[in-house]
Amino acid sequence: MNNKYQPALFWFAVLNAIATFLLIGLGGLVTSHEAGMSVPDWPTTYGYNMFVFPLDKWVGGIFYEHSHRLLASAVGLLTTILAVWLWLKDARKWIQWLGITAFLLVIVQGILGGLRVRWMLDWLGIPHGAVAQTFLVLTCAIALFVSRWWVNSANQNHDSVPRGLRSHVLFVTILIFVQLLIAATMRHQHAGLAINDFPLAHGKLWPATTPEAIADYNAHRPVGTIGNPITAFQVTLQMVHRLVAYAIFLGIVAAAMLARKKLGDGDALAKFAWFWFGLLTLQIGLGAWTVWSNKAADITTLHVMVGASALLVGALWWLMASRRASLAESMK
Amino acid sequence: MKKIVLVSTLAAFGVLQMAAAADITGVINFKGAAPTENEITPIKDDPSCAALYPGQLPKTRFYVVSANGELADVIVSLKGISGKSTGASAAPATLDQKGALYTPQIVAVQTGQKLVVKNSDPFVHNVHTTPTANPESNQVQMSGGADLTYTFDKPEMFLKFKCDVHPWMFAWVSVFDHPYFAVSGADGKFTIKNVPPGKYTLEAAHRKLGTQTAEIEVKDDGAVQGFTFEKK
Repeated sequence: MNNKYQPALFWFAVLNAIATFLLIGLGGLVTSHEAGMSVPDWPTTYGYNMFVFPLDKWVGGIFYEHSHRLLASAVGLLTTILAVWLWLKDARKWIQWLGITAFLLVIVQGILGGLRVRWMLDWLGIPHGAVAQTFLVLTCAIALFVSRWWVNSANQNHDSVPRGLRSHVLFVTILIFVQLLIAATMRHQHAGLAINDFPLAHGKLWPATTPEAIADYNAHRPVGTIGNPITAFQVTLQMVHRLVAYAIFLGIVAAAMLARKKLGDGDALAKFAWFWFGLLTLQIGLGAWTVWSNKAADITTLHVMVGASALLVGALWWLMASRRASLAESMK
Repeated sequence: MKKIVLVSTLAAFGVLQMAAAADITGVINFKGAAPTENEITPIKDDPSCAALYPGQLPKTRFYVVSANGELADVIVSLKGISGKSTGASAAPATLDQKGALYTPQIVAVQTGQKLVVKNSDPFVHNVHTTPTANPESNQVQMSGGADLTYTFDKPEMFLKFKCDVHPWMFAWVSVFDHPYFAVSGADGKFTIKNVPPGKYTLEAAHRKLGTQTAEIEVKDDGAVQGFTFEKK
């Protein structure tokens, strides 16, 4: 056991984090293609052991759902190995328990996904999506904690990061997580687009949600729309999603400007904050494109993945800033 | 002797009752030009499904209107009747998955009546029901595999059957608690058989075009009632 930087451990943690990120993308494709129930049984696949399901039967929605399950199994295995590795080789007790937490969380996630299918509970897709994002942050955080930067930084001088800036970034990151919950709720309505125009909403700044208006929206849905009829709740939820997106964008603009002011242009965290800004600009563009493309599966899934990235950047930024602040304090 | 008289009287009464039951017939028409149906383009994205359609892709069947303006797939039924199901003894209805489509797309059954679902396609389907009044189910069905059998305990209009493997596949099954219903055919015609004489409310329901009702009286020679739908 040691507290030195272990490159093999670090790169394995990075591999696990990347696999998790790809798994979120694949899960996004499952929902975007409405394929979540295309494999009615679990943990088998059409009666086969899932690891020997014949390739010629990976058709239609099965391709996405089955691939998702296989990659999930791989992430489960990688996480198990990582947890054991951390327990045996990292001297920091809190990292060891973080590994165990990741192991338990990936099991919970697998069960959530399986029960969503077995019990035919659409709404379980929402916590399944939320846990996925949480798990992504956890795996990337573990990679950060075993990185050379983190392990070796104890012996280095660091400029502190003001508490106000750190709190602001934490708040925006939490708001992003709330936004992801809203988005997961929207996606698991399986009703297609509740509002099919942007930046207006059914031709207005705020759309009507009377029964007559909803009936009219349903009567004029775009050709080829597959899904349940839209409801007033879904229209309102989509509007809340848009408003929170604007709030997040403004919050990140403020974070980037504050970081530049307080830390200086050359500071890595200041640059990271501007990267965060770029990511959110892309995300809002993808959101608009999702609407304009009538929720095309690939665009929508990209929107999911960039959303996950935005959460991740905020979380990592806050962890690194907190680390710097803690070390700066300890050097006084 | 008394027994013979009694049995004969009862038999005659039964025959008289059956003779009194008559049919409701009619034709459903569509007013105006038939709405344009769209090609089911997602079929192209699935090689195994696309292979079934080397030429033109099939189109949606939301409004099945004949050249003469007759409308198919309208559920015609007597309104306000319950607890009269003979579904348990009725012949099973059939739904097939062929050409990556459900056929027929509109079906009507009684509560307790068997609905047999077949897979005549060379690939798998999952048969996923998403009812509002009956329990949901989702089952595997392999190509050429065993038929699946469903029964529904509660009346429900347009209960959705779908395939999540092929998300363009839908069928709608309406469930009645009595035997007095029919689905209009390609020629718009429908026949509801063996309706006892009396006054009724007849309802015609189309999944996209809405519902209409008419007050009718079924006499010894039956009743005739038509409906005309239009897209607003």
